[in-house]
Amino acid sequence: MSALERAEIQRLREGSPWTGLWAVVAKEMADHLTSARMRILELLILLTAGGTVYVAMQQIRASIGSDRFIYLKLFTLSQDPLPSLIGFLGFLVPLIAIALGFDAVNGEFNRKTLSRILAQPIYRDALLSGKFLAGLFTLALVFSAIWLLIFGMGLIGLGVAPNSEEVGRLLWFLLATIFYGGIWLVLAQMFSVVFRQPATAALAAIATWLFFTVFWNILASLLAQSLRPIQYGFLQEALAQAELELALTRISPNTLYAEIAIALLNPTVRSLGFVLPFQLEGAILGTPLPLHQSVLLIWPHLTGLIAATILLFALAYVLFQRQEIRA
Amino acid sequence: MSEVIVTKDLTKKYGDFVAVDHLNLIVHKGEVFGLLGPNGAGKTTTILMILGLTEPTSGSIRVLGFDPTRQPLTVKAHVGYLPDQVGFYDELTAYENLIYIAKLNGLPREEADRRIESALQKVNLVEMRDKAVSTFSRGMRQRLGVAEILIKQPQIIIMDEPTQGLDPEGAREFLEIIRTLRAEGITILLSSHLLHQVQAVCDRVGLFHRGKMMLVGTVDELGRKVLGKAFRIYVETPNTTPEIIEALKQVPEAVNVRALNTTTIEVEATSDIRHEVAKTLITAGGQLRGLSMEAQSLDEIYAQYFQEVEHVRA
Ligand SMILES: Nc1ncnc2c1ncn2[C@@H]1O[C@H](COP(=O)(O)OP(=O)(O)O)[C@@H](O)[C@H]1O
Ligand SMILES: [Mg+2]
Repeated sequence: MSALERAEIQRLREGSPWTGLWAVVAKEMADHLTSARMRILELLILLTAGGTVYVAMQQIRASIGSDRFIYLKLFTLSQDPLPSLIGFLGFLVPLIAIALGFDAVNGEFNRKTLSRILAQPIYRDALLSGKFLAGLFTLALVFSAIWLLIFGMGLIGLGVAPNSEEVGRLLWFLLATIFYGGIWLVLAQMFSVVFRQPATAALAAIATWLFFTVFWNILASLLAQSLRPIQYGFLQEALAQAELELALTRISPNTLYAEIAIALLNPTVRSLGFVLPFQLEGAILGTPLPLHQSVLLIWPHLTGLIAATILLFALAYVLFQRQEIRA
Repeated sequence: MSEVIVTKDLTKKYGDFVAVDHLNLIVHKGEVFGLLGPNGAGKTTTILMILGLTEPTSGSIRVLGFDPTRQPLTVKAHVGYLPDQVGFYDELTAYENLIYIAKLNGLPREEADRRIESALQKVNLVEMRDKAVSTFSRGMRQRLGVAEILIKQPQIIIMDEPTQGLDPEGAREFLEIIRTLRAEGITILLSSHLLHQVQAVCDRVGLFHRGKMMLVGTVDELGRKVLGKAFRIYVETPNTTPEIIEALKQVPEAVNVRALNTTTIEVEATSDIRHEVAKTLITAGGQLRGLSMEAQSLDEIYAQYFQEVEHVRA
């Protein structure tokens, strides 16, 4: 059957690809929320969030009244040897997301439930997207709970309520965190289609994360140096090289998330990337940006994360469609 | 509509390998059709194509008049499928597993509950309703698989190797369930390589070999086609003599006569000729102590047939 005929059949197929979607979402979410795996992860993130926020509060108490953004500090302050909460989130979010996705499809396969489920009047689309949405909703639920916990700790520990600017920034950051989880979730799910063994899929997802965390920045710098070498020592050359390096590092979702965190949680950050002196003309250094300006700053990052997620989902979808479902 | 499953020149290739080769299959409403063949014959591939779970390379399929590649949802809504390996979510109860399937079929809650109760009753699992499936035996899982199918009240049920891996008691119980379903007017297509069990329930049988359907018919018809003889008559007589054997060989429709031991003679025949055999024996001066008959078992037909096929090929 040619690709064209295949496309024709796809176009002509009856009914909605979403039939059964919500049944899948409900079942998968119930599974996630009751699984031992999730309990462990929830405990882990509860301890880290509680611990780092507590430590941050100790430092903040002194500056209550003088600082407009103490709630943001709860996320960003660190004290040796503990990293800040955003430092922890940088690897806890991928960990949780991968844990929710790495056995999505191969798990059904190994339990011999896949052919039984796909023999019901639903399309494969519904199963895959149902599993993705269930994972995303679970992430949203878990992180919203953590955010609420932090607000609660702040109210009790600091004795002041967050101002609307802080709430707005933290809600945007929550959204970004959920989407950051989404990309690792969809990556893990894609590997769960590719690899029959859940352990292999988990390992592949973790290896990808490790690659972007540890090696990608080094690689980006090496690539930039060889592609845009500094031959004559001109400023333009150095700039071109640095810009390429920055662009390359932004392929990594970790970089995108880190920059989002910086822009949202440090209102004084006016630009992500290089700032030349003339660009700052007229700006009063040290004055915080209004929220909508910060959001504009991270907008490309956020859409980039979402676009990459959609791309990976499409890839997983194509791979899943082609898969033989027999055991 | 009496033909509920029709395939025309249905073919599936994996690369150069032809798994199903121009298959023309017709299953009539209300019958139990057995797809028989050794492992690797292409039975599972055929079933997956009928359900729209695998795309055919060429040829056409109609299930209840629908095309499974274009109208998979309609087909899957009316056809129940029991895969060769039935798996459930072990940590969930029987009921939770079934309600998930009911929801995927779009059934409202009360209707789903009603159907689940009646399905569990039919397969004898009512008291296991709220037990985790991890505690179920292989036979119970298989029956739960049938309960799951019944929830959608299908017109056709397709079972892939349903008795495989069951102990004799479990297999017997399962065949009983198949008979009950048949009595309700559900059309059943089942595949197997365990023949003697299937022989007990199938109205018609298709012998499958290397992706081709070699023969189709009732068990009796197949016996006649393959062996030219489908009945075996055992004559008990205390004094077997060459004359008696010769006389029996003259009976029309007797194909093969031989003495098994000094007191038993075996007559293979194309129809039930017990009366003629008895008459001939007595006329020839023999004493009749006992007379019994065995219809040809499909096992033998099958073994013999595939022996012949291999032989021709060699
Ligand atoms: N995905 C596949 N790729 C290549 N060959 C396959 C695939 N699936 C099945 N086959 C081959 O097709 C043949 C028929 O398989 P199957 O339909 O499972 O037989 P049966 O169910 O009768 O045992 C077998 O020889 C098998 O090896
Ligand atoms: Mg098979």
